[in-house]
Amino acid sequence: MNLSRNRGFKVDWITIILFMLLVGFGWINIFSASLSGEVTSYFDFSQPYGKQLVFIMFSLALIILVFSLEAKIYKRFASIIYLVSILSLIGLFIFGKTVSGATSWYAIGGITIQPSEFAKVATVLAVAKYISDIQTNIKTIKDQLKTVLIISIPALLILLQNDAGSTIVYASFFFVFYREGIPHIYLLIGFGLLILGISSLKFLALPTSVVVAVLIFIHHFFIKKKKRSILNPIAIALVCAMFSFGIQFFYTTILQPHQQDRISLWLRLEKDPEKLESLKRTILYNLNESEKAISSGGFTGKGFLEGTRTIGKFVPEQHTDYIFSTVGEEWGFLGSTFVVLLFVLLILRVLYIAELQKSQFSRVYGYGVASILFFHFMINIGMVMGLIPTIGIPLPFFSYGGSGLWGFTLLLFIFIKLDSNRINEW
Amino acid sequence: MRKLLLFSIVILVGILFITRLFYLQVSSNKAYTIYEDNAIRKVFHYPKRGYVYDRNGELLVANQPSYDVMIIPREVKYIDTLEFCSLLKITKEDYIKTYNKSYRYSPRLPSVFLAHLSKEDYAFLSEKMRKYKGFYIQKRSLRDYQTSIGANVLGFIAEANQRDIKKDPYYKMGDLIGKQGVEISYEKVLRGIKGVKFIQKDRFNRDISSYKNGDFDIIPIPGKDITITIDAKLQAYGELLMQNKMGGIVAIEPSTGEILSLVSAPSYNPNLLVGRKRSANYTKLHNDSIHLPLIDKGLLRMHEPGSPFKSLIALAALQEGVIDLTTTITCTGEYHYGGKRTIRCHCGTGRRNLNSGISQSCNSYFATTYRKTIDKYDDASHAMDAWSNHIKSFGLGDYLNNDLSVGKKGNIPNGAYYDKWYPDFKWGSTTTISNAIGQGEILVTPIQLANVMAAIANRGFYYTPHIIKDIEGVSIPEKYKTLHQTTIDKRHFEPVIQGLYDVYNEGTAWFLKVPGIEICGKTGTAENFIKIDGKRTQLTDHSIFVAFAPKENPKIAIAVLVENGYFGARWAGRIASLMIEKYIKGDVTLKQMEQLVLNKSLEEEYLKPYSGKPFKINQ
Repeated sequence: MNLSRNRGFKVDWITIILFMLLVGFGWINIFSASLSGEVTSYFDFSQPYGKQLVFIMFSLALIILVFSLEAKIYKRFASIIYLVSILSLIGLFIFGKTVSGATSWYAIGGITIQPSEFAKVATVLAVAKYISDIQTNIKTIKDQLKTVLIISIPALLILLQNDAGSTIVYASFFFVFYREGIPHIYLLIGFGLLILGISSLKFLALPTSVVVAVLIFIHHFFIKKKKRSILNPIAIALVCAMFSFGIQFFYTTILQPHQQDRISLWLRLEKDPEKLESLKRTILYNLNESEKAISSGGFTGKGFLEGTRTIGKFVPEQHTDYIFSTVGEEWGFLGSTFVVLLFVLLILRVLYIAELQKSQFSRVYGYGVASILFFHFMINIGMVMGLIPTIGIPLPFFSYGGSGLWGFTLLLFIFIKLDSNRINEW
Repeated sequence: MRKLLLFSIVILVGILFITRLFYLQVSSNKAYTIYEDNAIRKVFHYPKRGYVYDRNGELLVANQPSYDVMIIPREVKYIDTLEFCSLLKITKEDYIKTYNKSYRYSPRLPSVFLAHLSKEDYAFLSEKMRKYKGFYIQKRSLRDYQTSIGANVLGFIAEANQRDIKKDPYYKMGDLIGKQGVEISYEKVLRGIKGVKFIQKDRFNRDISSYKNGDFDIIPIPGKDITITIDAKLQAYGELLMQNKMGGIVAIEPSTGEILSLVSAPSYNPNLLVGRKRSANYTKLHNDSIHLPLIDKGLLRMHEPGSPFKSLIALAALQEGVIDLTTTITCTGEYHYGGKRTIRCHCGTGRRNLNSGISQSCNSYFATTYRKTIDKYDDASHAMDAWSNHIKSFGLGDYLNNDLSVGKKGNIPNGAYYDKWYPDFKWGSTTTISNAIGQGEILVTPIQLANVMAAIANRGFYYTPHIIKDIEGVSIPEKYKTLHQTTIDKRHFEPVIQGLYDVYNEGTAWFLKVPGIEICGKTGTAENFIKIDGKRTQLTDHSIFVAFAPKENPKIAIAVLVENGYFGARWAGRIASLMIEKYIKGDVTLKQMEQLVLNKSLEEEYLKPYSGKPFKINQ
């Protein structure tokens, strides 16, 4: 506030208030989920809730830092930030620490840092800088490939560290590209491939390919007015079939068993009762417990620190990826809906402001922020409620964890800073 | 358009999530109660079930500890089933069957897996139980009968079934509930309130702490002891006399309506329905379709009352003023009515008045008396209503509404009843003449007959026959202290009582006298029929006897039904006399009569209809 008066710029308070509500309510739920026994102190720094409080303090410092820097340096240093970020990801292969299968952490002293959380910020900056470059035309194949490359490098590195969940988030850049003018056909293709992929897994590649081929030929011979070469539909059908078999190959051969299981559970592919029984004890266990915790909350919830499933620690990882189940149990339908609405409002607000930007850099950046937040929100809450397969990524501002909180804070507040600059220019 | 894509997707996902939340938390939320929350362990403490004492303070029913293996199906995880089965001495098939049954009841609520462990098994198992997730041992209290008599009165308890649980959510699978006799009538008094402790668990099934500091815990409240009106010695004697016979004895204290004994024969030893053998024994008792040991015959056997009903015919006629003590008729051994029809009479012919009509049980006298009562009115329907009203004021034709869990209404017809049968309204006193001698449409139960005798003994009033004498610290319901007045004036009772006295003195029960006790009684013989292969077949008559004693200040009123025992004085009368002597003197002097009754078996009679061969009756 001092900052705004002294420096003479205005920030978007709506976004900041939404941010504060999410972080504050998030901490309340982390407190409940990680509390064991009686409440003794809110500042027990050996417990997750105490640590999270420190993380929150630190993120406030980050916000001050972001605000105190010139807005234009983000664009100017985007490439360097991106490079440093890539290096930090590569460094993991040498110095990384492995936690639950993923080599995604640096352990420095007592604290661990997850560079992939910061890589998102760097990648959004880099993409924004590249697309907003005067020489870039996103409508050309060459520049499209280059932007995809910018995204692919960190995505691939993260995938290699065995953190598939964080990799998927990079798919959210599709929304950015689409907004910036890639042809509509990409949307169609993207959507088509999504359906084709799911169908190849659910109904297997061969029947899917046959049905798709038949549909394509029906379209060619009976619906299309202008008859062109027969080669076109044949080529399209072939590509579809290749994709279909490719997905099936990817699923059966490349995916690891635990990833296969998640997908097979989601698509209800698993028929073997014994296998199902064993899955119920492992992957489904978390999901079941989390769904039960949420549904047991009822309309108004059981109340703060009153969730019997939260107290009994029935949901594993509840203070991190499954934090939303605490909201569901203790705050009920009212509290959960409140959180969903906070996220929807925050994302829409960011989108709205992004559209107001005069500089393309700021707009692309804002779009990237909204897309990433949206993906996290959709995947995390969707997973906790059993709507999509289990993918372990945190709920922004809500889940326990320093790197995650700082990454998202930087992501959002750089945008707020960029936006405040727009108002200044006005 | 490009701007709107993400915008609309975000909104769509938001709506989708809220819909899903609504589905999970509001529409499919089955009102999770604390009992169904599997994060909370429920530890039940079953309080002592109330004891049952007889009217003289003799302990009849106490408790014994029992240990059940309980299961919470959904918590059963990773156990070595074979090892577990061998520990419990059951087969794997049993295991699967019981598991599935419990699962169907509820995956998250406990049910009984194996009931009534022996003490040795309990000691052995209790240490190993911890290994088997989802199983635990629950201590419970079972009944311990201190006596082998009165099974029909004392009743039994058993595990609450689905219907009980649905009716009253207090009961959970495996809880015990009264199923018969006083156990059902005084269930809530006897059971007390079970205690519950709620304990927060973690996902490894370990106890963390008391749930909300025990705010929701329920402290067990022990059941109250009750004293019942039954005289255990009289009851035991009644059951002894009824051995090898079928039927019922109901004895009532006229001045209070307390039921002194309620014998149903044959009965069973109440200890048969306790413990592990319970269900096998129950099935055996339940399937005995000849003797029906689970049916309380004193309460449920409806029959024609026969001659004992004549006292009521006389009282109604006196009240209506159609006869007086001087009214006489001459009996020729046959009573003719409605043209060619006749009622035969076994009174031995001669002049009959009220007194000798009763003491000799003259059919002609009562047919005449009944006709006078009905013909007093111009309208038969109206007359029948008036008559029916007198009879019903003795508690006939309706439930007694007392604290016995079962009962029958019986039947006392009124005007409307016959109007329905004869839609042309061409009916009258002759059409319904069977009523005069306690046959035809009249149906009563032994307890109703005993109550009629109590009302006559009291000269015009009765208290509802009941079984409860005292509830620890609580007074018995007011309705058992409420006097029910009959419609007959007190003065009409003395001549009828004198007639009943003369039944013993010089009439049909002259050989049943008990030295030193003035008994008033009445014999009865009721025809009865069953269907064999769809054909209505007559069986040997039921032997019926009603009595009260002493004549002045009566202490006991009694009704005895011996099924297929032939004429009233033969078995029912003897049993009534012996019961009266036993109750009033405490001891029996009529040893010869006692021996005669004890040695008599009617088993042959009961098997006749099932033999498949032709048979003779009334031998």
